[in-house]
Amino acid sequence: MLSGALIVVLSFAYVGLLFAIAYWGDKRADAGRSLIANPYIYTLSLAVYCTSWTFYGSVGRAATSGIGFLPIYLGPTLMAALWWYVLLKMVRISKEHRITSIADFIASRYGKSHLLGGLVTVIAVLGIVPYIALQLKAISASFSTILQYPNALVTAAPESLPFLQDNTFYIAMLLAVFTILFGTRHLDASERHEGLVAAIAFESIVKLVAFIAVGVFVTYGMYDGFDDLFGKAAQIPQLDALLVQGGAAGNYSTWASLTVLSMLAIILLPRQFQVAVVENVDERHLNKAIWLFPLYLFAINIFVLPIALGGLMHFPAGSVDADTFVLTLPLSEQKTWLTLLAFIGGLSAATGMVIVETIALSTMVCNDLVMPILLRWKFLRLTERRDLSRLLIAIRRSAIVGVLALGYVYFYLAGEAYALVSIGLISFSAVAQFAPAMLGGLFWKGGTRLGALAGLSAGFLVWLYSLLLPSFAKSGWLPITFLTEGMFGIDLLKPQQLFGLAGLDDISHCLFWSMLANIGLYVTVSLWRRPTAAEHSQANLFVDVLRHVAAGSGPKFWRGSATVADLQTLLGRFIGPHRAAESIAAYARSQGIAGEQLSANAVLVHYVESQIAGAIGSASARDMVASVVDEEPLALDEVMTIIDEASQALAYSRQLEQKSLELEAASKELRDANQRLQELDRLKDDFISTVTHELRTPLTSIRAFSEILSDNPGLDGAQRAKFLGIITRESERLTRLINQVLDLAKIESGAAEWHPGTVDMRELIEDATGALSQIYNTRGIALSVQAPAGLPPVTADRDRIMQVVLNLLANAANFCDKERSAVTISASFSKTSLRVDVTDNGIGISDADQTVVFEKFRQVSDPAAGKPKGSGLGLVISREIIQHHRGRLWVSSKRGQGSTFSFTLPLSPAGT
Amino acid sequence: MIRPTLKGQRLAALFLLGFLLFNYPLLSLFSSYTRIWGIPLVYLYIFLAWAAVIALMALVIERREH
Repeated sequence: MLSGALIVVLSFAYVGLLFAIAYWGDKRADAGRSLIANPYIYTLSLAVYCTSWTFYGSVGRAATSGIGFLPIYLGPTLMAALWWYVLLKMVRISKEHRITSIADFIASRYGKSHLLGGLVTVIAVLGIVPYIALQLKAISASFSTILQYPNALVTAAPESLPFLQDNTFYIAMLLAVFTILFGTRHLDASERHEGLVAAIAFESIVKLVAFIAVGVFVTYGMYDGFDDLFGKAAQIPQLDALLVQGGAAGNYSTWASLTVLSMLAIILLPRQFQVAVVENVDERHLNKAIWLFPLYLFAINIFVLPIALGGLMHFPAGSVDADTFVLTLPLSEQKTWLTLLAFIGGLSAATGMVIVETIALSTMVCNDLVMPILLRWKFLRLTERRDLSRLLIAIRRSAIVGVLALGYVYFYLAGEAYALVSIGLISFSAVAQFAPAMLGGLFWKGGTRLGALAGLSAGFLVWLYSLLLPSFAKSGWLPITFLTEGMFGIDLLKPQQLFGLAGLDDISHCLFWSMLANIGLYVTVSLWRRPTAAEHSQANLFVDVLRHVAAGSGPKFWRGSATVADLQTLLGRFIGPHRAAESIAAYARSQGIAGEQLSANAVLVHYVESQIAGAIGSASARDMVASVVDEEPLALDEVMTIIDEASQALAYSRQLEQKSLELEAASKELRDANQRLQELDRLKDDFISTVTHELRTPLTSIRAFSEILSDNPGLDGAQRAKFLGIITRESERLTRLINQVLDLAKIESGAAEWHPGTVDMRELIEDATGALSQIYNTRGIALSVQAPAGLPPVTADRDRIMQVVLNLLANAANFCDKERSAVTISASFSKTSLRVDVTDNGIGISDADQTVVFEKFRQVSDPAAGKPKGSGLGLVISREIIQHHRGRLWVSSKRGQGSTFSFTLPLSPAGT
Repeated sequence: MIRPTLKGQRLAALFLLGFLLFNYPLLSLFSSYTRIWGIPLVYLYIFLAWAAVIALMALVIERREH
């Protein structure tokens, strides 16, 4: 009924229309009147999520599992609610750092690592190629379904056609041409393709309209509305069971893991990253897309189940592949135009995906796989080439052709082994491996390059082993025993019942083990050691991107010197000299500086690096810029200080605290010193007044007796002699007092003269007791001397020590008991010192007075003892003398039991 | 420039709500052969809940703060 020629012409015409729209979109963009700068086009471009999997495959899945197709759309709906946090962050980061692919994003997050970017690219290509094959398969199947209807509907057989007669091959070639034309028209730092996005948005409208048209036709044309359709289905027990979740729809764990998987896919699929992040014109468009995109998913899913049920009821069981119901139902009802619309819808779903996915993958392959390798091969001398932009475009174009060719080969060889949905889920599981590195990197500063590498590799290997290889086994490329008996026949290594974990479907099974390995290693290895400076600074830029203002976030981690000319030349090599000059000029304008005054500061270097990053990826851009810029590497601790603003503030406040503590301590010292000074001042005043007082007493008596003698010349001889005696004694006392005051002042001020010599203490004590024997004898005091022979000699001023001993003996004589008075002087020695004790048997000194006796003019007065004798300076001077000799003078006494004054003198060599 | 505000938290709450509505065990409550207006209960439930979540998201996004 429909001729092959018509179908072919129609499909080529449709792709031609895409060319026209894309061309128009690019023209409008060049003219500055963007076609796509609104949230509606943005939302429609996001709907590239809905591929032929949605268009044909959902119906097929619904036919076998009822509502089991829904988690793939509920997941993205849920994720859309989190876009406010997740996608906004990704968009903001990518715009700031000119990130153009998911590989670049992850590589950049973990310190601009080539290895990580390469790994992500390899995983993405391996994971996505089957998905591209799926689209080609869908196109091919739709061709053959229409052409061969009503024959051979269960299996369309592309292998029966050599590829030169296979329309799919030509469609694939056409898509390659389209992608090359509109995806790599020129190199642009932002890697945005306005025309292409316009075409994708248009495709989203076409597929939605086509699918709803078929749905409405089935529901209201073939049946009498939902009520009628479901009512009739309910009468067939098999179909009725389909409509109960938990029945045919599979268990809840499958449901949940598909939901999670699609949540991750909506942000991690390379094509979603391309349209949602790279092609985003304005981050405010995200706002509306948060609810418009789920609405699109909702709309395109309403009629899935009705079409599936309609097909199941319309065709005899097993006669038509449920994946083709969207086409075969209108076909069977002879609705030619509707069939063509459905065909175009399916074509748009498939081509949209292929185009965007291929561009995303080619960017990755070029920036994160090929360029890093080429730049590393020194013999190519790429770093010296003047203009690399042609080479870059050539690499991208080859990558586009390569990816499409891989997809075609996969489709050609293995296309028949699986239903559409199963192939797609293998791809979803592959890109889900990016989740820990990606989401962890967005929200956790601790993730490191090694952690991401370990997690990604482990997750990827588990995915390879438990999902991809089994799919090969099912296709017959590997012995099926691999699946049934496990690797090397080991039961525990059965790829889809790893370590004996049974009871999960293959997707949940892979999701569990791969995420266990991936997240586990990512976290463990990340925590293993501190992040490096580069990792730490990138982590801060990424995680805190919403916190700091858009401008000038990068440069603060940079220190070095460069010239503007060098930077411009470098930029020119990647985006062409002309565009480079424009770019630098634009930068100068944006900074409000005339071009010639531009200085190569950190901001400019960052700007240039991000421009180059757009062309060759952040990791290679880093290397390139480093080659012309004389950089000083920042040590980790420097970076830490710069970036950890919180800790900086903390350190500052800590410093303040310390300063204030120091100040407090200083002021306390000052206060103490002041107090001491005041005390000393008071003591000096006291001393002077005491001295004056002490001097006045003898002066007064001398004067009084002198006046008596002069006024009474007739005094008798005895009287006169007595008075003269008093005058003489008081004069002597006055002289002694003055001598002592002078002496003390000299000692205290350090002006006293010392004559050190060797002193034999035994001899000294004998001399002293000899000198005082007169006084002792007259008072009847028993003096006993205990100075053993062999006392070691000490180095000291003999006269001064004699002064001390005399003073102590005199004091003892003054204070000893009146009746049975006895004084003992004894000498002893230890290894280090020589000790002299003078003991009396007087009234003793109370504890409180024991310190007082060493104060100036303080005499212990006791009512029973009467008027104290002496000047009150003797002990003070003695102590000064002993202390000068580095010895110690002290008293031990108890009230009523006498007192012992003791001093020690150090034995050599300390004495002076 | 979008600033993280109350909106983000409201949306996160909607995410939690949706995750609850669309998963076990709430989902299992509707797993029956019951029909409303001829439409199977679970099918109707999911689409209504889905529409409600989308409507709430639209409300959160489009509501003008005063």
